[in-house]
Amino acid sequence: MDIQSLAQTIPVEGEISLDGLDFISHGDEYLTFCLGEEHYGVEILAVKEIRCWETPTLIPNSPSYVKGVINIRGIIIPIIDLRIRFGVGEVVYEPTTVVIVLNVETEAVNRMMGFVVDAVSDVLSADEESIKPAPNFGGNIPSELVAGLINMDESVVTLLVTEQLLTLEEDSHD
Amino acid sequence: MTIDLEQFYEVFFEESLEGLDVMEQALLGASSNGVDDESINTIFRAAHSIKGGSGTFGFNEITDFTHVMETLLDEVRDAKRDLTEETIELLLKSCDCLRGMIESLQLKKELDSTESTPLIAAFEAILNGKSDKLIDSNNKIQNDTNSSLDTSDAEQTADAVDSDSILKDSFDLLLTDTVTKPSVAVDDVNAGTPSSKGWRIRFIPEPQILLTGNEPIRLFRELAELGEFTSVAHTENLPGFDSLTVDECLLSWTLQLLTDASKEDVLEIFDWVMDECSLEVTPLGDVPDTGIDKSEAERPALDSIDLEQEPAELVNIESASAVRAVDEEEKAAVVTQSIKKTEPEAGSASATSTGSIRVGIDKVDSLINLVGELVITQSMLSELGNNFEVEKLDRLSMGLEQLLQNTKELQESVMRIRMLPISFAFNRFPRMIRDLANKTGKKVELILNGENTEIDKTVMEQIGDPLVHLVRNAIDHGIEPVEERLANGKLEQGTISLNAYHQGGNVVVEIKDDGRGIDASVILAKAKEKGLVDGAAELSESRIFDLIFEPGFSTAAVVSDISGRGVGMDVVRRNINSLGGRIEIESKLGKGSTFKVFLPLTLAILDGQLVRVGSEIYIVPLISIVESLQIKPELVNQVGGNMALYRLREDNVPIIPIYKEFGIEAENTQLEDGLLVVVEGEGQKIGLLVDDLLAQQQVVIKSLVNNYRKVEGVSGATILGDGSVSLILDVGGLIRHASERSSKLRRSKKHIKAA
Repeated sequence: MDIQSLAQTIPVEGEISLDGLDFISHGDEYLTFCLGEEHYGVEILAVKEIRCWETPTLIPNSPSYVKGVINIRGIIIPIIDLRIRFGVGEVVYEPTTVVIVLNVETEAVNRMMGFVVDAVSDVLSADEESIKPAPNFGGNIPSELVAGLINMDESVVTLLVTEQLLTLEEDSHD
Repeated sequence: MTIDLEQFYEVFFEESLEGLDVMEQALLGASSNGVDDESINTIFRAAHSIKGGSGTFGFNEITDFTHVMETLLDEVRDAKRDLTEETIELLLKSCDCLRGMIESLQLKKELDSTESTPLIAAFEAILNGKSDKLIDSNNKIQNDTNSSLDTSDAEQTADAVDSDSILKDSFDLLLTDTVTKPSVAVDDVNAGTPSSKGWRIRFIPEPQILLTGNEPIRLFRELAELGEFTSVAHTENLPGFDSLTVDECLLSWTLQLLTDASKEDVLEIFDWVMDECSLEVTPLGDVPDTGIDKSEAERPALDSIDLEQEPAELVNIESASAVRAVDEEEKAAVVTQSIKKTEPEAGSASATSTGSIRVGIDKVDSLINLVGELVITQSMLSELGNNFEVEKLDRLSMGLEQLLQNTKELQESVMRIRMLPISFAFNRFPRMIRDLANKTGKKVELILNGENTEIDKTVMEQIGDPLVHLVRNAIDHGIEPVEERLANGKLEQGTISLNAYHQGGNVVVEIKDDGRGIDASVILAKAKEKGLVDGAAELSESRIFDLIFEPGFSTAAVVSDISGRGVGMDVVRRNINSLGGRIEIESKLGKGSTFKVFLPLTLAILDGQLVRVGSEIYIVPLISIVESLQIKPELVNQVGGNMALYRLREDNVPIIPIYKEFGIEAENTQLEDGLLVVVEGEGQKIGLLVDDLLAQQQVVIKSLVNNYRKVEGVSGATILGDGSVSLILDVGGLIRHASERSSKLRRSKKHIKAA
């Protein structure tokens, strides 16, 4: 199979060039993604990989947002659909539907999980000042999950706390 | 140059704990079989290395403590003192004390001297009370040190003397043929037996030996204390004065020692420098021989032999690091072989480890071989794949077969690395039985069989407590008091035997006693009284014995005067079950009982039956499957409204449809013509309704808890051949879940009735 010819058929959005990128950027970098119309961001250092959606193995008697478990190179990780969890967007599984695999290794938490999102959009760097505290809104998202908001052009990106995200399952035991 | 010693602490702790285990076993051996030189030496060696190590790392409390211990042991070794029961008891206690000290050091806690101080005093009392030389109590410590043969004394003394005289001393010892007069203690020994034997030692240290804090002069001083000592230094490697480096040792020595000490004693002195020198110990001729020149003339070949290339069969412990890597047992075996003293105890010297495993070099070698083969197979296959043609199909399938074989063997070898002989778990029993027998006033003999049966390290760690419990019960409740035994025409001494062996894919551990046995009728009566079984129920004997594992059975009132062994037996069974094992009881009233514990060989791999429900594939552990059958509709009975029972010969087995339990879609929801997998767990059977039975295969167990959480009814997950994840069913959990639900159902029904 000729991979190169395949690669040429994949449409590339814009030319990727490293010149414009500021590697020594100020502040932390965040990976942003869409859930329906909303934008969210997670710390980029916690992102292990981004995968295509694949049908996971069901876990019996689990909440509806836990889609099941998959195998990543011998490690079994649960897949959580954030759209169902946060109650935003439409739950459909399309070719652009991706799974962001997050990994946190701290003294308190050491786990890996996959999160289903509609699409991955951008990498955003933001310093402390540009992160605004989240208003106490009555959405579906628990307030301890939200690290803050960042204004990006017209839209607002909700930054999520990775560690909280990964321990989501422990607390919400039914 | 500073070396961070802390990185070696863990090794020291581990080795010391191992040493203590060895010491304890030797002590117990000595107390039951009488004292022999070999075991005294073993004990002494263990104490000595702990002391040496603790001195190096500056754990002075331990050094001080082991010092008095060693002093006493030394006198025993020199046959100046008998190893009495009293002394053994004291030494055993100090093993415990040392273990406590090491453990608190491991936790970086302050050492508590409340335990060690009285023990030290007791040692000193023994040392003083019986040696007539040492009357003056003010001088006792000093005198004690005089009569002992240890390094730190030499060091301490050396510290006290000013540096000039040390230098002078050193040169005397290093460069001349001075015959060093040993201390008083050795004189005594030599007086008893005229020194006709000895050792010739060729000692070639590596240049960096001084950097590691090892002084040859110290070694020689210790040697000198063993007997008449002569040394010849070889200076031919010394460079000119201008290129001399202060911290490089370019000297080598030929030493001659006239002594009765065994080769091991001599080697022991070099223990700390084994890795940094080339050492050859050969016996001297029977004729007393004081002149080095003469002996050299007798053995002209010796010096010319290249030590590095000498075959290992020679009586020569050439201590390359490889020898160190070989596990303790093999090392002990090598030593015993070389000194032509085959003592069974020495072979069983073994090591306990907490965080690490010592792996025999043979296991590692076999792994390397297998990986080599795997690489060959791989390169063969990739070559095939590069320009593949249909004609090569045969070779491809052959290659794949080879790959399968390689992988299997590799898997087995890797598993073997985790396997340890069960003696690690058994080792604690001699001591425990001795203590318990003393406490209860019963006479008990312990017989261990199959200690070399290997079992997974994790299983081993978790099986310890249940086994202790079973053994304690066997003494407490099984073995009768002496009078009762005699009255029943039994031997005064009871016997408890621990057997370990392989059976099928399991390791079986048997705990067998020849005590009074279990009275089935009493158990049944008690169980009925407790409401655990129906008042009119007739149960088979094995079912009755199983009752003692019931949680409700274990109350003090039940066990006090009868043979029931109920204390915490439910915990024992739960622990064993959680390891994927099971336990069986055989018992004959008046003759004794046998508890058989069946354990899986490993926890990492499980023999599983793949079953399909709808589109999901689950794995049922093969060990829990009783049988699989096609449901015959006439044998299904509906009871209690919602519960279906299947009549399996005498038993009524509740049918649990997996699709209902897990809330998934299934092809077959009808009981008729369905497939039923009857599984057993926690003494209960249930039938799992599945759509299809697939292959049986070994699966590698992966945890769900690491990244998710515990899932009801699922014990873990695995990865199938196609890379997909499959869940492993937790049979015990399913049974619990089912029975909880049915009791809830019953309660809610009662509520409805009441309303």
